[in-house]
Amino acid sequence: MAVAALALEDITVTFVSQDGARYTALRNTTLRIAPGEFVSVVGPTGCGKSTLLNVAVGLLQPSAGRIRVFDEPLAGLNRKAGYLFQTEALMPWRTALQNVTAGLEFRKTDPSQAARQAGNWLQRVGLGGFGERYPHQLSGGMRKRVALAQTLILDPQIILMDEPFSALDIQTRQLMENELLELWSANRKSVVFITHDLEEAISLSDRVVVLSAGPEAHPIGEFDIDLPRPRDVAEIRLAPRFIELHTLIWRAMKNEVLKSYARQQKQ
Amino acid sequence: MPGSRSNRALRFWQAVLFLAFLAFWHVATSPTLLPAFYFDNPHKAAFFFGEPLKVLARTWDWFSSGTIYPHLWVTLLETMLAFVIGTALGLAVGLWLALSPTSSALLDPYIKALNSMPRVILAPIFGVWFGLDIASKVALGVTLVFFIVFFNVYQGVREVSYTVLANARILGASERQLLRHVYVPSAMSWVFASLHNSVGLAFVGAVVGEYLGSSRGVGYLILQAEGTFDINSVFAGILVLTAFALLLDWAVSFAERRLLVWQPRGGETEKM
Repeated sequence: MAVAALALEDITVTFVSQDGARYTALRNTTLRIAPGEFVSVVGPTGCGKSTLLNVAVGLLQPSAGRIRVFDEPLAGLNRKAGYLFQTEALMPWRTALQNVTAGLEFRKTDPSQAARQAGNWLQRVGLGGFGERYPHQLSGGMRKRVALAQTLILDPQIILMDEPFSALDIQTRQLMENELLELWSANRKSVVFITHDLEEAISLSDRVVVLSAGPEAHPIGEFDIDLPRPRDVAEIRLAPRFIELHTLIWRAMKNEVLKSYARQQKQ
Repeated sequence: MPGSRSNRALRFWQAVLFLAFLAFWHVATSPTLLPAFYFDNPHKAAFFFGEPLKVLARTWDWFSSGTIYPHLWVTLLETMLAFVIGTALGLAVGLWLALSPTSSALLDPYIKALNSMPRVILAPIFGVWFGLDIASKVALGVTLVFFIVFFNVYQGVREVSYTVLANARILGASERQLLRHVYVPSAMSWVFASLHNSVGLAFVGAVVGEYLGSSRGVGYLILQAEGTFDINSVFAGILVLTAFALLLDWAVSFAERRLLVWQPRGGETEKM
């Protein structure tokens, strides 16, 4: 097998709270992403999906296990990765344009060149005339686009996305998913896409990984998605093969979702 | 627009209220308009409460003859210096303590003690240390302004959104860049929220300092007038102080609107 863009090997993450209580979010999780591959990770709520991404980007040190980025062990933050957060991550005191230039500014790129590039990126995400707006003057979908441009302008080799579209309404969401696919296929990077929405996972990905219910979540199934590209996320949901895959993966997921639900009821 | 019309009506009634107050003051204190109903002597009411027409005449006199300007200048200079120095110190110490948990834990009881101390009482000590010139008034104003700004900056840094911070880190910000591009802007919004308070207190520091011992300033004018039982001048001094406090407050509101454009305001609609 070729060198993986991102390899999480045998990762275990145990949180210890101040009163000594231990919670193992992930146990012995192994995940490899090839260069240019689009992988979705699905699982019931609270199964440690976000923990997995935080480990991959270097925000969180795993209790055990190794992380390799293009075969280099990861130390500190993952400099090859971009991260799209589930919640608002834009700096509210910067305009859309200034938010997009932030990464270049931190890297001391020439300001006029940075502004030109950012202008281009805003246009690519469909926000050409909105550079001077502040985040609070933009809608939720527009803010997500700004965040996407903010991440992609740095041309990361690996893009990590933590339920980035979960707060959007269904129409905006499908628009964003199609745009994401378009941007991705123009310049294929490795993507790890976290979601709890199985349809979203299948319609976007090359491969879907199913995590078990937490605590001690671990992958319980992997499915190659052999749907043809380019795809339209709204149309592909009607394809017979899509429905077959959905049934197959849902069968694997169902027990875990029920387990997770039962545990939440007990609490 | 209906909004501006009701606004104009509001302004009108506010002016009416003010004039009614002046009229009441005038009628109640005039030695000739009403017989004395409380004091045994018709001139006593004017002696204790002043007379509005004379207060206004005195104020006009101060401004037309120009005698007030050096005093006003000194008071405003003290206010500005106290405000700028107090804010800068509060910002620096607030950022330092918020980003250094060890120092913060170490100094915590002392900061609480200094903050709860009635700091106006330091004025005589500052008079001894810094003399009766403007330095002692600025020092008093600084102690008042510092804590407001300090606590707001401290809070502001603590409340920086974890996601915004993590995002900036992942985008490649160094610790210094985080300070400049995330912590300081976030803290500044809290500082601006306290600007009205801190400008007001800088003014209080200047006037109280002058009142306790000085040779110039509006507080000094009031002290002098009080020494000769010139109640009209005392009220004229208070009137001038109030007018300038309102002016400072308005200037702060103006600066706030210019500097915090990024903050959402209630009911803001799209600007085409």
